[in-house]
Amino acid sequence: MRKLLFQSLIRVPLTERLPALDDAETADLAAKLDAAAQRRLGRSLAIRQVDAGSCNGCELEIHALNNAFYDLERVGVRIVASPRHADVLFVTGPVTKNMREALLRTYDATPAPKWVVAVGDCAIDGGMFAGSYAVAGGLATVLPVDMHIRGCPPNPRDLLRGLLYLMQRRQNLDSPVEAIRAG
Amino acid sequence: MPHPPSLSEFVQRFERVEHHRPWPRVEVDASGWQTATDHLATGAWTLSGLWGDAQAVHVALLDAMSSSSIAVLTLPCPNGQFPSVAAQHPPAIRFERTVRDLFGIESQNSPDSRPWLDHGRWGLQHPLGEPTTCDVATPYPFLSAEGDSMHQIAVGPVHAGIIEPGHFRFNANGETIVRLEARLGYTHKGVETLMRGATIEQVAKLAGRVSGDSTVSYAIAFARAVEAALNVEIPPRAHWLRALMAELERLANHFGDIGAICNDAAFALMHAHCAVLRERVLRAADISFGHRLMRDCAIPGGVALDLDAPKVAVLRALLAEIGQRFPPLVELYDNTASLQDRTVSTGILKPELASQFGAGGYVGRASGRSFDARRSLVYPPYDQLRFEVPVLPEGDVNARVWIRIREVEQSLSLIDQILSKLPDGPFVMDVVGVPANAKEGIAIVEGFRGDILVWVRLKNDGTVARCHLRDPSWFQWPLLEAIIEGNIVADFPICNKSFNCSYSGHDL
Repeated sequence: MRKLLFQSLIRVPLTERLPALDDAETADLAAKLDAAAQRRLGRSLAIRQVDAGSCNGCELEIHALNNAFYDLERVGVRIVASPRHADVLFVTGPVTKNMREALLRTYDATPAPKWVVAVGDCAIDGGMFAGSYAVAGGLATVLPVDMHIRGCPPNPRDLLRGLLYLMQRRQNLDSPVEAIRAG
Repeated sequence: MPHPPSLSEFVQRFERVEHHRPWPRVEVDASGWQTATDHLATGAWTLSGLWGDAQAVHVALLDAMSSSSIAVLTLPCPNGQFPSVAAQHPPAIRFERTVRDLFGIESQNSPDSRPWLDHGRWGLQHPLGEPTTCDVATPYPFLSAEGDSMHQIAVGPVHAGIIEPGHFRFNANGETIVRLEARLGYTHKGVETLMRGATIEQVAKLAGRVSGDSTVSYAIAFARAVEAALNVEIPPRAHWLRALMAELERLANHFGDIGAICNDAAFALMHAHCAVLRERVLRAADISFGHRLMRDCAIPGGVALDLDAPKVAVLRALLAEIGQRFPPLVELYDNTASLQDRTVSTGILKPELASQFGAGGYVGRASGRSFDARRSLVYPPYDQLRFEVPVLPEGDVNARVWIRIREVEQSLSLIDQILSKLPDGPFVMDVVGVPANAKEGIAIVEGFRGDILVWVRLKNDGTVARCHLRDPSWFQWPLLEAIIEGNIVADFPICNKSFNCSYSGHDL
């Protein structure tokens, strides 16, 4: 383990550094996100992820935001364990009827001001599962949605871009719960 | 006890259903159904699936003696009832509850009459049978545990991490778990109902969205079932490209799992390094196949896009990178006593249980069950590739980690062989327009989590009459409840992660 830790010290970091990395777009987004997040919320933004019946694809990519390449936490955005700690709900899936109540309770447990982001094509309108007896069909039928992030699943860069967009739009709004549609 | 007949001998007693490929389907009477149930109960045969149809139930069986023999038995149930398999063979319990929820077909003498996927919130009952309106959500009676100082812990369906929803009810005595019961069905999307009457193309996309982490394997399984039904032989190159994607998917998931298991033992270093390897696989997949998870890339008839030389170079570079980075991580895992302290002898699955439930994937192979569909039910191109199927007897979290480590090594070798021997030629053929009337196909494909079964019946207009998809998790979830007994509550996350069962794949 010592060798591995030592190598980590002397190697070039994997984290795609903000000013210069092989993916310029990600760096740009991360830098902007950092500034916006700090203006609005001090130094942190807390996200609670809720799977409302997704296939798990969106979860995998939200997970990836925490890996060394994207390293979401460096800009003060954290995924938190409880809705009571959250500013933003990241909701995935077409909202199955079996998950509807749990989702509503999670929303109610999140303190205002709070924003709701529909992550992935399913959460926007039910995606391929629209019309099923078992799904409500899109997050907006259940909760006020502040933003959509498209994709099946959205890749980590799209998720970063979405977070940035949310922060920028929120700067210009007085009411924290008024819904806007984007993406 | 008389020597059990081989499954292939048994099915010859019954009339074989026409146009069911590649393995036989026979219609049995009540006594044939009972004989099959007896052989499941003795362990001579293994249950591979049980699903409903219009006024019938099907059961897929695997001959445990010669694990290359598969058959589907069908019992007509004009009265909406069938003799319970679960009464003698517990692995069938949740299937029978599901058949009742979706079709309204009851199993007689079932040991568990509670609903399973139906939480009383759909507004109707029996969506795949004869739907009736129903709008009552009744409380779900969890199984109890009696004794002094017992308390319950309710977890979920919304969990603390970025994971799928399900409910776990623990009965604990202090730190020690006396009984765990899972309640699933929260992600039920009505997939099989949506598939009914949809085109093959639409159903292929739905199949790829049953379980996001196994999108490639599900897509291959559905494609193979359709190709079997239509009795078409796809171009060799398509088989090889599918296997390439399947092994990339296995790599990505195993890296994710190895890291996440260690993370649940608070060993974040492994998690960080494994997440890097996972990301590298996904990026290479994105470049090679146009999608990080390779969704919608395997299609009936072949694959959606070809692989050219620059993409091969990307994958070669990926192999080199992993080949350099992974061995030190394995060494780190092996040499960290504080980590081993959490994984060794934790959550032991006994080989008898793994065998009884026909547990697939790393869950079964870490408990002595050597089944791997790539080897046991060999399908192309695995008949032309060299690989080993690692098996361990211990059945603890540590063994499930080691099976994954060994499988990573095997997948790296497989990808190397595939890139070297990839045959030239077309990569897709047209399956639309092939006469399809009442043709049926079945396929079993080895995903990273275990064997995925897909069964399909087509209509003449090229649409799907009925499609059933059975996730490996069906046989793993119940075992998680068994292995956790006597462990401490704090070890549940690491045990759960070492199984990494699918919620969406199970709930459909």
